[in-house]
Amino acid sequence: MSTETEADYNSVELLTTVAAKALDDESTVLVGTGMPQLAGMLAKETHAPDLTLIYEAGGIGADAPALPVTVGDERTIHEGIKAASMHDVMSYMQAGFVDYGFIGGAQIDKYGNLNSTVIGDWENPTVRLPGSGGANDIGSLAHETMIVMRQDERKFVEELDFRTTPGYLDGPGTREEHGLPRDSGPTNVITQFGVYGFDEETKEMTLEQLHPGVEESEVNENSGFEIHIGDYERSPEPTEEELRLLREELDPQGIIR
Amino acid sequence: MELIDEGTGELVGWQHPDDFREWNKTERSRAPKDKRMTATEAVEEFVDDGDVIANGGFGQVRISTPIIHEIIRQGVDDLTLYAKTGEFDTDLLMAANVISEAEVAYLGLETRGLSAVARRRIEGGELDVLAEGSNAALQWRLLAGKMGVPFMPTRVMNGTDTFEHSSAKVVEDPWTGDPITLVPSINPDTAFIHVPRADKYGNAVIDGIIVEDHQLSGAAENVIITAEEIVPSKEICQDPSSTDIPFFHVDAVVEAPYGSHPVEMSYQYYFDEEHLAEYIEATENEEDLQAYVDKYIRETEDFEEYLELIGGEEKLAELEAIETYEQDPEYPWCSD
Repeated sequence: MSTETEADYNSVELLTTVAAKALDDESTVLVGTGMPQLAGMLAKETHAPDLTLIYEAGGIGADAPALPVTVGDERTIHEGIKAASMHDVMSYMQAGFVDYGFIGGAQIDKYGNLNSTVIGDWENPTVRLPGSGGANDIGSLAHETMIVMRQDERKFVEELDFRTTPGYLDGPGTREEHGLPRDSGPTNVITQFGVYGFDEETKEMTLEQLHPGVEESEVNENSGFEIHIGDYERSPEPTEEELRLLREELDPQGIIR
Repeated sequence: MELIDEGTGELVGWQHPDDFREWNKTERSRAPKDKRMTATEAVEEFVDDGDVIANGGFGQVRISTPIIHEIIRQGVDDLTLYAKTGEFDTDLLMAANVISEAEVAYLGLETRGLSAVARRRIEGGELDVLAEGSNAALQWRLLAGKMGVPFMPTRVMNGTDTFEHSSAKVVEDPWTGDPITLVPSINPDTAFIHVPRADKYGNAVIDGIIVEDHQLSGAAENVIITAEEIVPSKEICQDPSSTDIPFFHVDAVVEAPYGSHPVEMSYQYYFDEEHLAEYIEATENEEDLQAYVDKYIRETEDFEEYLELIGGEEKLAELEAIETYEQDPEYPWCSD
């Protein structure tokens, strides 16, 4: 991070605590491997003990003493509620039982649409990326989609090379026109600079929180489209207890960094 | 129903439901037949050049490595991969150049990163992506295939390029009047699914997550089960609520202890991180990659010889200890 603070935490730790705080207690979250699952586990250890973590391959409500390295291994079901199937999980989500879903991508536009399929032309790609995986499903079906990605001008683009996953598509009303579920869509984009939301009227990306030590100007210096800046807050720094939980209990090996 | 939009992706593995019914009536035995055979025999009998294949499990969890190895050893060619969650399993098949076409929901290695092999094959034009899809879409294609209906309605994909490059269609739903996405059914030619336990007839039990294996086993025209252990039928029938795959969906049963190596088998053994790191390093260039495929697959007689090569009993005991939390894993790929 391009900051001059003397904070004794790294950017993954900051992003994890910020993401954790966005998750309400007594809700469900579909997480992937990496920072989102750590955020979910941290939320459970702090303000949201009754948050249920769901993995897309079928793991529900695990309480494992170790971190999963894929979204399907035993750590996603250990002492859990159910070892289900992808059909179950996607059905729960389509029927409205998944409150939050975390995804990322290689590119994002102002409406929160994401690309994780190709850089360049689809027929002859410069870079072939993994594809949708569960991203399109989460972006289509979760009540609130939370996007986590590194921000720079190459990733925050005016036009995606490929629209893998729906955000607000082409603006207000277009999700509904395409039959996507009512009142769904991306709610937060968490980057190393801050947290963005989407304007209620225009559905365009808007600054909501600036991370400690980040200058307001960095937000648009590192974006290929304009991020609207009105009233915003400063993200809270990780507390000592949060850092202790992350370093000593949840990820002592530092798998997620 | 009014057709609103249709994807341009190629329709992979679809057939009229009556044709699948006829296949199941004439080609699938209801007899209590002993279906045990070797991996070599199963691949000889059930995997042909040009087939549409699909892997059970979850790419890095509960994969059928003995069948994947045997497909490579036998030099089966020109396969079409139904890449629902393609990870270490499909990586090997692409590494050995037995796949020429794919429908893709996901080709990568999750926490371990992008697949260097998928990138080289697709960017170099050796592997043709016929269609895109999402995990749910590919799973629901299998559900329709299993159910014997031509399509499944879903609310995913519409409005995106994933849809535009898929084989799905959007119609006006006659009840809500809203647009709804229809994904076509699929009946892959052959699926191979690794399980902890099965009897000789093919009745199979899965511990842990099911992923898509209920749908996949019902949708495929041929199903090869590899099992850690072949158990007496009586054991399966004492707990019928645990049976995940019934015998009439199954065509071959292969006993394959440690069959998911080098990836995880829930409750039994953990990822072989050392071996995975060796593989991932080898994927960086074609020469090393082919040397890996030669050493571990083409030049081994069978899966047992491979298991000796990766460290034998001592290594496998260590992986069992890690899986059951008796020992901590080390992750070479996440060290600084």
